[in-house]
Amino acid sequence: MDISLQQVGYSYAKGTPFEKRALYEVNASIRTGSYTAIIGHTGSGKSTLLLHLNGLLKPTEGVVRVGDVSITADTKAKELKKIRRHVGIVFQFPEHQLFEETVEKDIMFGPLNFGIPEEEARQRAHELIRLLGLPEDVAQKSPFDLSGGQMRRVAIAGVLAFKPSVLILDEPTAGLDPRGRKEIMELFTKLHKEEGLTTILVTHSMEDAARYADQVLVMHEGRSVMAGAPEEVFGDAERLKAFRLGLPRSVAFQHKVEKLFGKRFGTLALTEEQLAKTIAEALKEEGER
Amino acid sequence: MLEKMIFGRYVPGNSFVHRLDPRSKLLFVFLFIVAVFLANNTATYALLLAFTLLVISIARIRLYFLFNGLKPILFLIIFTLLMHFIFTKEGALLIDWKFLKIYEEGVRQGIYISIRFLVLVLMTTILTLTTSPISITDGMETLLNPLKRFKLPVHELALMMSISLRFIPTLMDETDKILKAQLARGSDLTSGTVKERIRAVVPLLVPLFVSAFKRAEDLAIAMEVRGYRGGEGRTRYRQLDWQWRDTVVIILFLVLVVALFWLRGGN
Repeated sequence: MDISLQQVGYSYAKGTPFEKRALYEVNASIRTGSYTAIIGHTGSGKSTLLLHLNGLLKPTEGVVRVGDVSITADTKAKELKKIRRHVGIVFQFPEHQLFEETVEKDIMFGPLNFGIPEEEARQRAHELIRLLGLPEDVAQKSPFDLSGGQMRRVAIAGVLAFKPSVLILDEPTAGLDPRGRKEIMELFTKLHKEEGLTTILVTHSMEDAARYADQVLVMHEGRSVMAGAPEEVFGDAERLKAFRLGLPRSVAFQHKVEKLFGKRFGTLALTEEQLAKTIAEALKEEGER
Repeated sequence: MLEKMIFGRYVPGNSFVHRLDPRSKLLFVFLFIVAVFLANNTATYALLLAFTLLVISIARIRLYFLFNGLKPILFLIIFTLLMHFIFTKEGALLIDWKFLKIYEEGVRQGIYISIRFLVLVLMTTILTLTTSPISITDGMETLLNPLKRFKLPVHELALMMSISLRFIPTLMDETDKILKAQLARGSDLTSGTVKERIRAVVPLLVPLFVSAFKRAEDLAIAMEVRGYRGGEGRTRYRQLDWQWRDTVVIILFLVLVVALFWLRGGN
């Protein structure tokens, strides 16, 4: 499902003294099966932008196209529900949306709303409990009895349960420990690769953006200011700095090493593994000379 | 989605009304609420409405903004109006159309009650729109201070009030967030039968209560950590200051009451 944004603008509380402009003329295009990271400083409009991608907000200007549905300022609510069936959002701290008596029921909430038969939804819930590495007996427990990390997984399962073809993630690992973080990010990558899930990740972590995404979109003060492959975006440290964004640790480290060696390496090290390889090769070359 | 609700919100400004001492504003609104019940004929209700509009213009609040924000309450007012139209059967018959019979007294009563309701809501909204929650509680605390003698926990009441006022916007934002999360999971609050709609509120309320309790606990701990132990011996950073404008407000109120008595129909 291709998504495109054309000249999208949005103001909160239009027509009141609290009116606040959040987006200006945003353009972006997200292809089916791609992994897009949206990065930007706090208050740059990232979160507002993603609410547009499944019709939770309607643009006050411009058009958002999701598949073959166009959303403009006067699209009807019924149309929007159709989009939500295909575009799932995992919000920041998604565990705040849990409400059911049992984990199983909570995961089934989405599928049942979208008209998936009960048996199928139940089966899907159990599959997801396994997929997310939760203990099997969790299904009949209350979600409020789980640990924070487990609640997060249940909430994520609740979104995956209706099999959206686009998955939007708003800082899905905020507040998790490093191991939980890694596990969850790897899970999304797996889903992206194996099921061709179009993934959109909003993140503060340059490392995650560099490691997982094949396209990076930079937001600054409500505008889309840079877009491209991670190598391109993170290759332009000067511009990123102007948008108050840093570099992934591996890239920053690479720059330091380059300074030390007095020469530039051919490729940009987007991950630690790649960085280690680049440095090893450079050292080898040095040794041979 | 709830961003248009203005009940209980504060909009900073610099008008005459904004700069009043909270004590005079509170006193005025409280007395005004009592005075509203003095009105009993067209002239007095017209006076109340005109007076309220005057206050709105002095406070420099845009009418459109005010009415847009009070829409849910306006519906309630219109509902009361219709109830009176339909069910009061006194006075001359005005309209007789099939089952619908509207009587003169019904129209009159309906309009009177609606104005009374509207004026009350507008005045209290102006109070919260022009006074920061902190000032309101400070004012309330000072006004109620004499009651301490009767063992009324004035400080605690004021604190409770300021906490609840403080958390109205927070809870609204929270509701908005949870609402969005559930909408994204296909929940639907705007269509279906009444029963379905009521059931659709549960996924909203449960998380809201959970987070409200958590917040309350966090707040209690944060206050204790910072050494809070009630009002005993507590000093104030912001001192209240009664000025000429505040006296003007009280005089204005007395003028209003005299006018109301004068215009009031005898009974």
